[in-house]
Amino acid sequence: MFSEDNLLPISALQHLLYCDRQCALIHVERLWAENRFTAEGGILHRRAHSGKSDTRPAGRSARGLPVRSLTLGLFGVADVVRYEKGADAPIVPVEYKRGRPKKNDCDRVQLCAQALCLEEMHGRDLPFGEIFYGKTKRRVRVEFTPDLRRTTIDATARLHDLVRSGRTPPADPGPKCDRCSLRELCLPRLGGRVARKAYSFDREIDALLASPSFPGETSS
Amino acid sequence: MKTHLNTLYITTQGAYLGRQGEAVVVRCGKQTLGHLPLHNLAGIVCFGRVGCSPALLGACAEKGVAVSLLTERGRFLASVRGFTSGNVLLRRAQYKIADDPGVVLDVSRRIVMAKVANSRSVLLRTARDCDADDPRGAPLDSAAGRLGASIHELRQADAVNKVRGLEGEAATHYFGAFDALLSPVPDRDAFRFVRRSRRPPLDPINALISFLYTLLLHDARSACESVGLDPAVGFLHADRPGKPSLALDLIEEVRAFLADRLAFSLINRRQVAAGGFVVRDNGAVEMDDGTRKVVLAAYQQRKRDTITHPVLDEATTVGMLLHLQAALMARWIRGDIDAYPPFLWKG
Repeated sequence: MFSEDNLLPISALQHLLYCDRQCALIHVERLWAENRFTAEGGILHRRAHSGKSDTRPAGRSARGLPVRSLTLGLFGVADVVRYEKGADAPIVPVEYKRGRPKKNDCDRVQLCAQALCLEEMHGRDLPFGEIFYGKTKRRVRVEFTPDLRRTTIDATARLHDLVRSGRTPPADPGPKCDRCSLRELCLPRLGGRVARKAYSFDREIDALLASPSFPGETSS
Repeated sequence: MKTHLNTLYITTQGAYLGRQGEAVVVRCGKQTLGHLPLHNLAGIVCFGRVGCSPALLGACAEKGVAVSLLTERGRFLASVRGFTSGNVLLRRAQYKIADDPGVVLDVSRRIVMAKVANSRSVLLRTARDCDADDPRGAPLDSAAGRLGASIHELRQADAVNKVRGLEGEAATHYFGAFDALLSPVPDRDAFRFVRRSRRPPLDPINALISFLYTLLLHDARSACESVGLDPAVGFLHADRPGKPSLALDLIEEVRAFLADRLAFSLINRRQVAAGGFVVRDNGAVEMDDGTRKVVLAAYQQRKRDTITHPVLDEATTVGMLLHLQAALMARWIRGDIDAYPPFLWKG
């Protein structure tokens, strides 16, 4: 069991699944940089959280609902949680995403983490949730299968290990770096370049002192 | 992406900055002078009698926009920031290595070597453009030669105080040839440079470079803060309460490349003229409002120029340079790379 002081944000799971180093830069080094994608996401979430909770014949929707799990050591805010009417009617977390459905699991893991928090807080099982994608304007239903639960729990354990270690793993440069808002703080290619000894300050200085581009120089 | 963002400089006396949604509104009296979205800004620098609403200060703190308050003449007074950003582990590592004499010697030596090399490149760049019979060629070449020798001596330096001593000597040689960087402009005599004077500047060139150094220092402080480093704990510059030592360390390597060259091109291209400087009773020289505005605009423009970063081997802007160097400093302190690589300008 985790104490309330040791909870990590659910959003960190997405960072972890995107890139271990990005996750460490944000949650260990405490760095953050906005780009268009993060800014748009931020505005969308502010909107999703700001609306009042509403009650309809089919049930209630709570917006911007704080959730946490002491078993997993996670906390976060669910965009919308739908409490449908009826004694055993399901509780359905709904997450809003600005983009379109992604190939990897990260959105489903985030939603599943919210569901695990809600299960702990309500003391009952949640069978499924929904993700609303802004680009496609489509609602995608996500079943909380044993596989997805396992993936989410494993990722959470790995997240706690990473943050506890206080170490930032080396970069594994790839196409994802070009879309990463932390590129200039991460300097992904640096590790490789230095490891290959492609850059040596002393050699650069020597080259500069001997530089043929300075024909005017008389002595050194 | 952490890209080069603009800095908003407010020089209009009596201006008041407020917040409207996600934007800054600049007002003077009943007139609205401008509207700028906050997410486009890296910092706001207020000169003299400029007011800011608490709501704007709060929004800036939240978004990591540094707000600096300077006197009308550009002396730093205060800055308003949000929570200390960054990683406590990084700061602890920074304090620890700043206490290690071996590390301090090594990084100080590199920083000063880069500073001297870049000063030398500035002199040689002008020397290269001089005709054979140009009287400016000889002093530039000979000072560049002395600076080359300083770099070799720095390599052997075995104590930080030795490094600082050699830095001082190199600066004397550099500023000794400084006057030769000036083209034969019409009011050349008004722009004679004799020696470096700071408190106060005693001639227009000193006034110009001092002002540009202040702007660099604001940017370097912000760069340290945004990568999570403590701008007050440096290596080459010793700790003193209120002194931004690490920010001062960072600007050593870029002073000549960013500020000195800009100062001379402003004069050589006649964007500033001798008439734009005011001499006070005691000989102190100050820029007038018009000149200050020209310098700020030129500095902003310069920051948009693109360069290839020599270590990262990637295209970036001049305005990103201090941020990248601060990021490299943080990566070195966190152990990603085994030594800090200062910026070297290849002329």
